[in-house]
Amino acid sequence: MTNDPKPPRSSIEPVNEIASDAVAEPEQPKAVPFGTNPGDPLPRLPGHVSHGRFERVLRAGHFALTTEIAPPDSADPNEVLNRARLFDGHVDAINATDGSGANCHMSSLAVCAILTRAGYSPIIQISCRDRNRIAIQGDVLGGAALGVSNVLCLTGDDVSAGDHPEAKPVFDLDCISLLHTIRTLRDQARFQSGRELSAPPKLFMGATLNPFAPPYNNRADHFAKKVAAGAQFAQSQYCFDIDLLRSFMTRARDLGLTERCYILIGVGVLGSAKTARWLRSVVPGVHIPDGIIERLEGAKNERREGRNICIEFMQQISQIDGVSGIHLMAYRQENWVGEIIKRSGVLGARKPWAPMHDNYSAQPLNPPQSQNKPTPLEPAAGPDHTLRETKTLQETQAL
Amino acid sequence: MYAVRLWSTRHARVLERVYELVNPAVLGGLRALDKMFGAKIDRPVAAVEAAAKGFLFDCKMCGNCVLSRTGMSCPMNCPKQIRNGPCGGVRDDGSCEVDASMRCVWVEAWAGAAQMRGGAKISELEGWVDHRLAGSSSWLRIARDDQ
Repeated sequence: MTNDPKPPRSSIEPVNEIASDAVAEPEQPKAVPFGTNPGDPLPRLPGHVSHGRFERVLRAGHFALTTEIAPPDSADPNEVLNRARLFDGHVDAINATDGSGANCHMSSLAVCAILTRAGYSPIIQISCRDRNRIAIQGDVLGGAALGVSNVLCLTGDDVSAGDHPEAKPVFDLDCISLLHTIRTLRDQARFQSGRELSAPPKLFMGATLNPFAPPYNNRADHFAKKVAAGAQFAQSQYCFDIDLLRSFMTRARDLGLTERCYILIGVGVLGSAKTARWLRSVVPGVHIPDGIIERLEGAKNERREGRNICIEFMQQISQIDGVSGIHLMAYRQENWVGEIIKRSGVLGARKPWAPMHDNYSAQPLNPPQSQNKPTPLEPAAGPDHTLRETKTLQETQAL
Repeated sequence: MYAVRLWSTRHARVLERVYELVNPAVLGGLRALDKMFGAKIDRPVAAVEAAAKGFLFDCKMCGNCVLSRTGMSCPMNCPKQIRNGPCGGVRDDGSCEVDASMRCVWVEAWAGAAQMRGGAKISELEGWVDHRLAGSSSWLRIARDDQ
């Protein structure tokens, strides 16, 4: 056997080594090259913490766009994929909410797993309301193993806000201790208990932000704690008050936070004045000034006016120094996401990458690991896709 | 009591001064008692601590006391028991997302910390609660740990 001149046909050949075609038999079954599956992770670039596209977009200095998917009340994965398709080519990452508003839906982890398989770049949201530190750390490892590259840490709405107000609230950790826990998993390859991991989760870590709730003067200081705990990007609650945002951003810039964390500001699409009233009275932390509601009431077509308001806020927010992107939350208005983003013009000529669904083989393959060449981020990037300066994210200090 | 608890955070500077004055003597006394009686003092000391801090701060005896670092506002009174607050749900008037009849524990905490000389400690990261310590005395733990 050992003197056989032919190369062995066994499957123990390393997959990453691209065997020379000259010695391979024509009908030899080839190992599936790295990158064939749309869910395969990209090579991790030097200085990046994750394999994900979202981190690449932000670190390249682009103005980023994210949106959120409402996990279905269903066990059908197609409902997830059909909702995600609406965002194709419009957003850089999709947040999968974790029982948002304390209402029961498909889990964030499962939605993310379905999305990574189709090649999407999901952000797993982890709330502290429903799981303790044992469950959460397990989910973080599981999510990373399923190809999730981004995580958003949040404390979460109280159970009283949702459809199971009689449930037991957990809140074993809070947003900041959760960030610290995940950073320990990632950077020290250890559980909170100190027990070692054999492979750490490579996650780009994010935190929530709400500059629109009291104590307004301390919100930036509180955000500084999140950055110190490991937040590399932040996504905010709905912004319907540009003055509050401006004063928050001024303070955040003064504290040097915009240099250490990519800030994405949340915007919403209001369906009507009635929806706006309902939203601010029922959903915790949503601040909508009366002026916005009056403007909706005075409009001929309230739905259209809601979209106009959203677009105006996107344009104003994109002009604020230190803002790295927009998080568009269009609950029950997902069909309009593409048009709203196009009309706002905040992405310029850049078209975010999207998986091709109809024919996976037509999709440009990720390069094999051995070539170590990064995949171009945006196939349809225009001439001015490097508008923003590249930022470096300093390593946050250890606790 | 809610009213006393509000008073305490609004007079955080006064309480900080009292704490600084009394703390060395209390810890010294506890250490002496600990040497004489050992674990026998656990329950009586916890009862005294629960009564005193219960009156002033609505203390929940979590055994992980951080009052001096959170503007004299006890984070265990937050319905989410957040140790690094506030959350994003605070109402426009500064009341709690969950219980609108109550001021947000953390709005009060940041205001209390602003008065205190050591108030900057509220910007340090707080870790997670060790739930095994519930019901035990934080004073005794500190007295024993710092020896």
